[in-house]
Amino acid sequence: MSRMNDWLRWGASRRGLLRASGLSLIAGALGAAARAQSTVDEPQGYAGAHRMPTNAHGDHGGMITVGEVDYARNGFDPSKVLTDWDQGVVSPWTDGRTLREFTITAQDKEIEIAPGIIFPAWTYNGRVPGPTLRVTEGDRVRINFINSGSHTHTIHFHGIHSARMDGVPGAGEVAPGESFVYEFDAFPFGCHLYHCHSVPLKRHIHKGLYGAFIIDPDPARHPAQAELAAARLLGTPQNAHWQEFVMVMNAFDTNFDEENEVYAVNTVAHAYTRQPIVIDRRRPVRIYLVNVTEFDPINSFHLHANFFDYYDTGTSLTPTLKTVDMITQCQAQRGIIEFTYADHETGPYMFHAHQSEFVELGWMGFFDVRDAVA
Amino acid sequence: MTRAIVQIGGPFAALLLLVAAFFAYEPLRKPFGGTPPPVEELTVERTVLDESGIALKVRAGGTDPVSIAQVQVDGAFWRFTQDPPGALPRLSGAWVLIPYPWVEGETHKIVFVTRTGLTFEHEIEVAWPTPKVDAEALGRLTLAGLFLGVLPVALGMLFYPALKSGGAVTFQFAMALTVGLLAFLLVDTLGSALEIAGRAAPGLKSALLVWIIAALSCLLLWGLTRWRGQEFTPLGLAASIAFAIGVHNLGEGLAVGSAFASGAAALGGFLLLGFTLHNVTEGVGIIAPLLERRPQLSILAGLVCLAGLPAVLGLWLGTFAYTNHWAALALALGAGAILQVIIEVGLLLRRQIGKQSQSRAYPVVFGGLILGVAIMYLTGLLVQI
Repeated sequence: MSRMNDWLRWGASRRGLLRASGLSLIAGALGAAARAQSTVDEPQGYAGAHRMPTNAHGDHGGMITVGEVDYARNGFDPSKVLTDWDQGVVSPWTDGRTLREFTITAQDKEIEIAPGIIFPAWTYNGRVPGPTLRVTEGDRVRINFINSGSHTHTIHFHGIHSARMDGVPGAGEVAPGESFVYEFDAFPFGCHLYHCHSVPLKRHIHKGLYGAFIIDPDPARHPAQAELAAARLLGTPQNAHWQEFVMVMNAFDTNFDEENEVYAVNTVAHAYTRQPIVIDRRRPVRIYLVNVTEFDPINSFHLHANFFDYYDTGTSLTPTLKTVDMITQCQAQRGIIEFTYADHETGPYMFHAHQSEFVELGWMGFFDVRDAVA
Repeated sequence: MTRAIVQIGGPFAALLLLVAAFFAYEPLRKPFGGTPPPVEELTVERTVLDESGIALKVRAGGTDPVSIAQVQVDGAFWRFTQDPPGALPRLSGAWVLIPYPWVEGETHKIVFVTRTGLTFEHEIEVAWPTPKVDAEALGRLTLAGLFLGVLPVALGMLFYPALKSGGAVTFQFAMALTVGLLAFLLVDTLGSALEIAGRAAPGLKSALLVWIIAALSCLLLWGLTRWRGQEFTPLGLAASIAFAIGVHNLGEGLAVGSAFASGAAALGGFLLLGFTLHNVTEGVGIIAPLLERRPQLSILAGLVCLAGLPAVLGLWLGTFAYTNHWAALALALGAGAILQVIIEVGLLLRRQIGKQSQSRAYPVVFGGLILGVAIMYLTGLLVQI
């Protein structure tokens, strides 16, 4: 009877004092002597939980989605989305300029955004993000847009164009089964995006209708910075030295409660955790980063163990931010990130949003920095 | 014989035909444009926290099998295993094991994300190591159960001499008090049963079963006690009251046990003390029918055990094997038993009063009724889980 307060030692320890006094009352009622103790029990039973085994990087201490995404069924692979620039069908245009023609079809499609989670997406060309359109400053761009989806859609380009080509309700909005041709000159150079501008806007964007739209600078138009422009221009020897990737930061509200369940770059949660992005450490890295995350006001990019230069919106050839290791982007904000691992050890280097919430819900990955890449 | 087969088999054959016709045409399919998305349900039935992490027993409901695609703990996707693996057919269960470093005394939120992107949330209000089944734990729980059920009933019986010395009016007062007490327990038990049923897997329709089982158990006990068509003896009535209170105490044991197991007990010691005070009145109720005779001590002891020991059983089950569905059904059984006893005691009281002037009896009866309810309510304030 002297250890009465042990009878209920499963009560929370921070309530130990209350428990002990309560039991001494019982003891008093029985006329028995109780030694009321207000000591706090030692934590027990759970301690091992903090020492649970953590495996290699792929497991990330258990904080990881479980299983594999079927990329074949999705029809797109995040590892390939990184670099598959769509330069369109090229033909000559007036004044020695180039015409680039693209065909984009909006279609409803179920895609696997994390292992086992099927999202009823609306897509451009059956993939999320849509094709990464890459043109050169001053090109004539022609987009044949076909709507094979179940709802009205548009393509609204971030760029300079006429009101008729704006891709909003009333200008270039396309009913299901119909089509429209958007045409404009590619200005200004930079890292841009396109997305559906039909209403309700949130729904049309978060369902998957967006993609990156990159306008490379034309060195001839920037004689003072011709080398810098050439390094950006796809197809030049200067550009070939760079390792370029597109990363569209997106998220998915799978239960339609206007909060995201899954965060990622290029759609699939933990895609680059499972399959790190291989980097040749001798060559510099350039990332075209676009934020289309819906429902959360900002997203961010943080690089581990390194610093980078940042070109907000990519519309300048000199950095807008120098030597930073993290940047934030509002929705539709985008920019170019440049860095190098030349002086680093080889190994896995992490990158992720620096909102822990997004990290833990899928937006993280690794650069696998190697000495030589085949 | 053949005629009987046709008469019975005919309607069944027609029913089968109807089902076949329904699936052949599926009248709802056309106007609603194909098959609508499945309605999924997922309910957590048990939570076990130990050194290997969090284990949750889940049960599927809804129209289609539920596939758990991912599990989030506190807003983070977490590695997990499911046993048995695969999609969960309607009403089937599985254990989900998550090696998560939970924090003692804090709250954790688990979200199951299904294949279709639906989410089901489960909150662990106060994380606490789940007790393991061993001799020590059983011993402690037994002791707690004695405090909860046996001791207060025995204490209540100590009022026997006082009540006995009072005469007919005291007897009526005690019986009325018993009815008041039982009425409180009836509402309390039914309320708990329905509340718990609401937390069970929706597909099991536990709430409906609560009403059915309560009604059936009342009717069954009514029939059983009149099996031979004879009047209730006072001892029989006392035993019926003790049994009904026993089932109620089983429910209290379940509640306290599951609260301890999940760490949700608001005030460990006060909770138990509260139940002890709360249940003293039950002892008075059980001996009330026996005031006109002198029961043997062994009989009183038997009644105490009948009413009190189920609390021990309840604590064991509540701590180690609690599920909302079965707890709700057990409480429903208790509610039915209590209702039956209320009727019995009420009838006895009416016979008693019939022999004398009603103007004298009513104040006594109403006083007893109100006091019975009031005592239970006031001591019930000590009990908050």
